[in-house]
Amino acid sequence: MAALSSYSMPTEQPAFSFQNQPQSHASGGPTQHSFYPYTDNGGSTLGISGSSFTIIAGDTRMTSGYNILTRYAPKLFRIGGEGPEHAGAKIVLSVVGFAADGQALQERLDMVVKMYRYQHGKDMSVHACAQRLSHILYNKRFFPYYVQAILGGIDEEGVGALYSYDPVGSYEREQCRAAGAAASLIMPFLDNQVNLKNQYEPDAPQGLEKPQLQPQPLDRQTVEELVRDAFTSAVERHIEVGDGLQMMVITKDGIEELYSPLKQD
Amino acid sequence: MNSLVARYSRPAFQNEGYGEEEQQQALADFASPLSLNFALPPVASSASWLRAMTDDHSNPNCPIKIAHGTTTLAFRFKGGIIVATDSRATAGNWIASQTVKKVIEINSCLLGTMAGGAADCQYWLAYLGMQCRLHELRHKRRISVAAASKILANLVYSYKGKGLSMGTMCAGVTPSEGPALYYIDSDGTRLAGNLFCVGSGQTFAYGVLDAEYKYELEDDEALELGRRSILAATHRDAFSGGFINLYHIQEAGWTKHGFSDTNPIFWETKLKKGEFSNVTSELV
Repeated sequence: MAALSSYSMPTEQPAFSFQNQPQSHASGGPTQHSFYPYTDNGGSTLGISGSSFTIIAGDTRMTSGYNILTRYAPKLFRIGGEGPEHAGAKIVLSVVGFAADGQALQERLDMVVKMYRYQHGKDMSVHACAQRLSHILYNKRFFPYYVQAILGGIDEEGVGALYSYDPVGSYEREQCRAAGAAASLIMPFLDNQVNLKNQYEPDAPQGLEKPQLQPQPLDRQTVEELVRDAFTSAVERHIEVGDGLQMMVITKDGIEELYSPLKQD
Repeated sequence: MNSLVARYSRPAFQNEGYGEEEQQQALADFASPLSLNFALPPVASSASWLRAMTDDHSNPNCPIKIAHGTTTLAFRFKGGIIVATDSRATAGNWIASQTVKKVIEINSCLLGTMAGGAADCQYWLAYLGMQCRLHELRHKRRISVAAASKILANLVYSYKGKGLSMGTMCAGVTPSEGPALYYIDSDGTRLAGNLFCVGSGQTFAYGVLDAEYKYELEDDEALELGRRSILAATHRDAFSGGFINLYHIQEAGWTKHGFSDTNPIFWETKLKKGEFSNVTSELV
């Protein structure tokens, strides 16, 4: 525990990383400086994959403590493609947590994917990109990126692919995933509406034979509506979510970006 | 310590733009994806810093929550080895996922299990898979389970005290060894044995497994025992749950026996076999 207390911990009160004052001991002993390199920039992201598309969405508010720093700081990034505009990219990375770490992660992954194309003369598959992102995150196992990442794209069979990550790179392919501040508000909604958890055939016999509804691949319009509903609802109940909803729809033809306003308060 | 001081006492802004370290990191990005060069925080004791940031157990306010919590088991019997796990991952009190694959397929006849840090297990068992394949190519025969488990044990031992967290089992059947089962954890422990349960729900699984286990089990009995032990653990351990992942390893390789939801299995066990009579509610 002695080792633990030498670092100032984030409290319930929001604080800036640079506001951590050096802690001096009451006995007049040596001053201990803290090293706390993270700020939680709030916000939420969400991804849902379908049979021929993947939608990744995120709000655009960026906060630090109770302050709103900006109303438009995208959490969604195109990965690969050509030039700084990522023309022709078919992979989207969303990061939520500490924005600076997120940006660093995005730059590193983008470089890797672009170099792959220069070296191999073909685009990196989402499968490969997903594994690579895991390794990039794990490379900082002992000094982690403070991020929860979601990667979306289209796999080699043309099916929507979605991968979710923890901060040190454990990953899993899923149908849907919410991350960030409002994950605990959005994820239960998604479990129910996308994976049809706890939904049963309405007129079926009760008891053990009661059949669970089986999840079906959703069409694009339904998914877009689910995403909008998830975010408008999260905005109502979470202070770090709001301002704008950025959505990227990845299909075999590329990435389509949609923006719609959310409540600004 | 001196090397650390030397490393970070360069004059500020000496290398404007990309520093040497970033360039090396960029090169490492292309060199080998499974590299062993890990970034370290610029502090004297990186292990205690990491604990302060990520150890949910000693500090519930830690900013970075790493996925944890598990019940896994594996046991040897006359028909091979059974490997069974739950599928829940938790970050603090939050259930991060109910669909984690905690049995890691190292190759066609070697399985590893995942308990502790999810990323640690995923990464290092993938690394082990790579080493096993290299062994095959170099020696023109498959690696023994003993050797594979020792690669992992030596590896984690070299990172002892750095903050890795994993409790894993390596199971496989090879012509030279027969069915072989090893337990390896991040302290560097490596044990051979007939039966292991690992994770927060291990005690509950041991309770069922120890009572019913014998080496002469038939295949179907063994599979049922594995399933029933995990079910007991998901029932009593809050950090375990989701789906039951079942594998059977024989000399020909492993076979998967389902990734099945615990809830229907629980009700079937209660209502058809009359177990779990402590649960009073009737299914209506």
